[in-house]
Amino acid sequence: MLVLRILAGVLLLALAWQPTHAQGFEELVRKLASDNFSEKLQAAEKLGDLGDGRAVPALKALADGLLYVRTSDQAPLIQNGSRYFDALTGQGLGELPDSEVGKVRVNNRLRGVIAASLSKLSLFSDDRATRLAAAKAAFANPTPETAVALERALRSEKDPEVMAAIRFSLAAAGVSAGALSDRLKAIEALAGTADPQVRNLLNTVVNDRNAPSEVVKAARDALASIERQLAIVNIIENVFQGISLGSVLLLAAVGLAITFGVMGVINMAHGEMIMLGAYTAYTVQQVCRAVLPADLVGFYLILSLPIAFLVSGAVGVLLERGVIRHLYGRPLETMLATWGISLVLQQAVRSIFDAQNKEVANPDWMTGGFDLVAGFFVSWNRLYIIIFCFLMLAIIAVILRRTAFGLHMRAVTQNRDMAAAMGIPTARIDALTFGLGSGLAGMAGVALSQIGNVSPNLGQIYIVDSFLVVVFGGVGNLMGTLVASLSLGVINKLLEPFAGAVLGKVAVLVFIILFIQWRPRGLFALKGRFVEQ
Amino acid sequence: MPEADRQSLMTPRGWAAFLAVGFVLIVLIPVANRLVTPGGALHLPEYLVPLIGKYCCYAMLAVAMDLIWGYAGILSLGQGAFFALGGYCMGMYLMRQIGDRGVYKNPVLPDFMVFLNWKELPWYWHGFDMFWFAALMVVVVPGVLAFVLGWLAFRSRVTGVYLSIITQALTFALMLAFFRNNMGFGGNNGLTDFKDLLGFTVQSQPTRVGLLIASAIGLGLAFLLCRWIITSKLGRVCLALRDAESRVRFLGYSPTGAKLFVFVVAAMISGVAGALYVPQVGIINPGEFSPANSIEIAIWVAVGGRGTLAGAILGAFIVNAAKTWLTGAAPEVWLFFLGALFIVVTLFLPHGVVGIVRDWQARRSAARATVLASTRPAEAT
Repeated sequence: MLVLRILAGVLLLALAWQPTHAQGFEELVRKLASDNFSEKLQAAEKLGDLGDGRAVPALKALADGLLYVRTSDQAPLIQNGSRYFDALTGQGLGELPDSEVGKVRVNNRLRGVIAASLSKLSLFSDDRATRLAAAKAAFANPTPETAVALERALRSEKDPEVMAAIRFSLAAAGVSAGALSDRLKAIEALAGTADPQVRNLLNTVVNDRNAPSEVVKAARDALASIERQLAIVNIIENVFQGISLGSVLLLAAVGLAITFGVMGVINMAHGEMIMLGAYTAYTVQQVCRAVLPADLVGFYLILSLPIAFLVSGAVGVLLERGVIRHLYGRPLETMLATWGISLVLQQAVRSIFDAQNKEVANPDWMTGGFDLVAGFFVSWNRLYIIIFCFLMLAIIAVILRRTAFGLHMRAVTQNRDMAAAMGIPTARIDALTFGLGSGLAGMAGVALSQIGNVSPNLGQIYIVDSFLVVVFGGVGNLMGTLVASLSLGVINKLLEPFAGAVLGKVAVLVFIILFIQWRPRGLFALKGRFVEQ
Repeated sequence: MPEADRQSLMTPRGWAAFLAVGFVLIVLIPVANRLVTPGGALHLPEYLVPLIGKYCCYAMLAVAMDLIWGYAGILSLGQGAFFALGGYCMGMYLMRQIGDRGVYKNPVLPDFMVFLNWKELPWYWHGFDMFWFAALMVVVVPGVLAFVLGWLAFRSRVTGVYLSIITQALTFALMLAFFRNNMGFGGNNGLTDFKDLLGFTVQSQPTRVGLLIASAIGLGLAFLLCRWIITSKLGRVCLALRDAESRVRFLGYSPTGAKLFVFVVAAMISGVAGALYVPQVGIINPGEFSPANSIEIAIWVAVGGRGTLAGAILGAFIVNAAKTWLTGAAPEVWLFFLGALFIVVTLFLPHGVVGIVRDWQARRSAARATVLASTRPAEAT
């Protein structure tokens, strides 16, 4: 026992050599483990003001009831599972018998103080993300005490983004109290940001009866400017959403438009080609998870694109050779036959994979996103799909314009009989076109698996909309499909806030019915004698 | 022939078959159900009565579909929308008949409106407490919708696949709209819990037999009406439009009027079929608007044989009987079967069951001709 006392004494002596604020830290953490509640309260509060990140584990442990003291020397310990760690140094002490340790008691008042201190402390954390989150969180709680902590954090902060967040939260704290000129300055600082939180804050200032009239006026002006900004951001956001929806529609419809253009038939099973592509992505994902090392699994998505193209394309060629070519000149019957095929495919997938929704996980590089402007979040998967969609469109354009196959396709689109007379093998072109259109649908399915669940009904969700895109845009023309899908997407999303999603759709449909009064063959119709058949 | 521009409505054999089927549906089935003692060999089980009544409504719908598809070449993939609209009109009347017998005992508002905290009846629900008004709406609402859509479409020469897609989008949009609670049509659950129709209890067996008889009569009238249209001059213009629209136009006919007429008539027949259907199944919900339902109608007609009204009726009965049996016996097989039906019928049986029968008859008479030819030189057919 004596040896231990001496040891503890030496330890204390050694601690005394450390810089003053470190000494304060150790002393306060020891007090945190004392029996006296008022002492613990004080210590918890002071630890928050101290701004030393090392106090975080001890404070957290106390709040969770995991802080213990060693009966022999009153040293604070943190329990983790069955093991104990020194609360001051974080050194592992292994398992200790229950008789050697005593639990530090905690009550709700203490927990409240700890929470406040922890939020202040995270401003000084080593982790940049934690500091940023803390600086942003301080915004919601603009008290003079947080202001003090924020100011101290600002002095030691190096990261520009965290500094901006801290200044922002400081301004919020300055709005509610302090000298008149400071408050006006704070309001001015806030007026530039279109954050919904800022709006709430300024609203409370406007409605605050005790606030001086200058402050209220400044707040009102700031609010007006924020409202304007928010309105603009809102429109931009809707347009982005619309483009995102439009690119999905484009992916779904482009293959349909090509086959419709060349062969004059609507493939009702086109949606199921999309679904097959999505299920291919799911299967490839499952195989990759089983075979590839964990850090390479994210690449399954890239891998599944060509596979989906081949799977859906092969099914498409089979369909054309097996069914559709026997129905030439009977477009309505072709619709019915392909509808039958779609039913069979749906039920087949349901039988093989069961009817449950399958989840195709986003790879790491597609999760999350970034704030383009305050209140306008751009998610990676949406952005990648837009990019992917335009990439695909470019590839199709190159195929159509620069290859012999594309030339033949365009010839058959314009005048099938004449093309055949010129020696173009129309039957082969038909099969290949159908394969291409279906393969594109398969790739679209891979993309769609990234923004929703994969189910046997996946194709049905998009099919009516993609038919409308084809009707609206006209056939045999990529430009028409592009303009039609993007404008339908944007119109849909712009109408949604006023009319709701469903009425927006109905309005779009009415618009298309009226539109074909004016242009019965779509926006970009082919002109000439061959059109009327 | 004394009257060159009108064909006879039906051949004597056709009339015989028509009356025979009518006799079975209107006399034999009710008698076998009501008058034969239960357990007897000839007794018709109770559950079959509304089922056959339902088939009669489907057959009516198929007749309407055949009128526009088989004879005028308009493949409407939204015919189910008119059926459902007629059904909703009837459903609204039946809802108003419930009165204060609902769960919430509200004398005016249907249960779902009370549940959604509506204070008064929306304007479009007024008048549906009177049967004559509801019956009028059953034909007027689908008729007006078909008129507006058809006028817009046919005027600007929207034909073929384009028209099919537009009609499909129409029924899709209506489905989405009717799924909304604040449309005031019961949303997802639709209209149900009906009590009585013109004072008869909807659920009781005599009413069901009555509804079956009404459906059979409706089917017969729809058949005769369509028959009358297609044997008229207008019917021949429609046939010509189906086969060569441009040529008809060049001959100086305006296709718009003829197409619009048959399209509206078909929509009205579909509406009546829907109205007869709802009290027999006891519910109408937005699912009836689903595009899949409408496409199924086309396959009934195709199975029976398009362009033959009797074939449409036959097809509706065959496919729906198969559906009832298969969805009960092996539900996972049904979609395979239906899908295969679509493919097989379009590929191999372009004239449906009626076509098979006709082929068989033709072959038999050809065989007889060869027998005759051995004694006498054959005549050209």
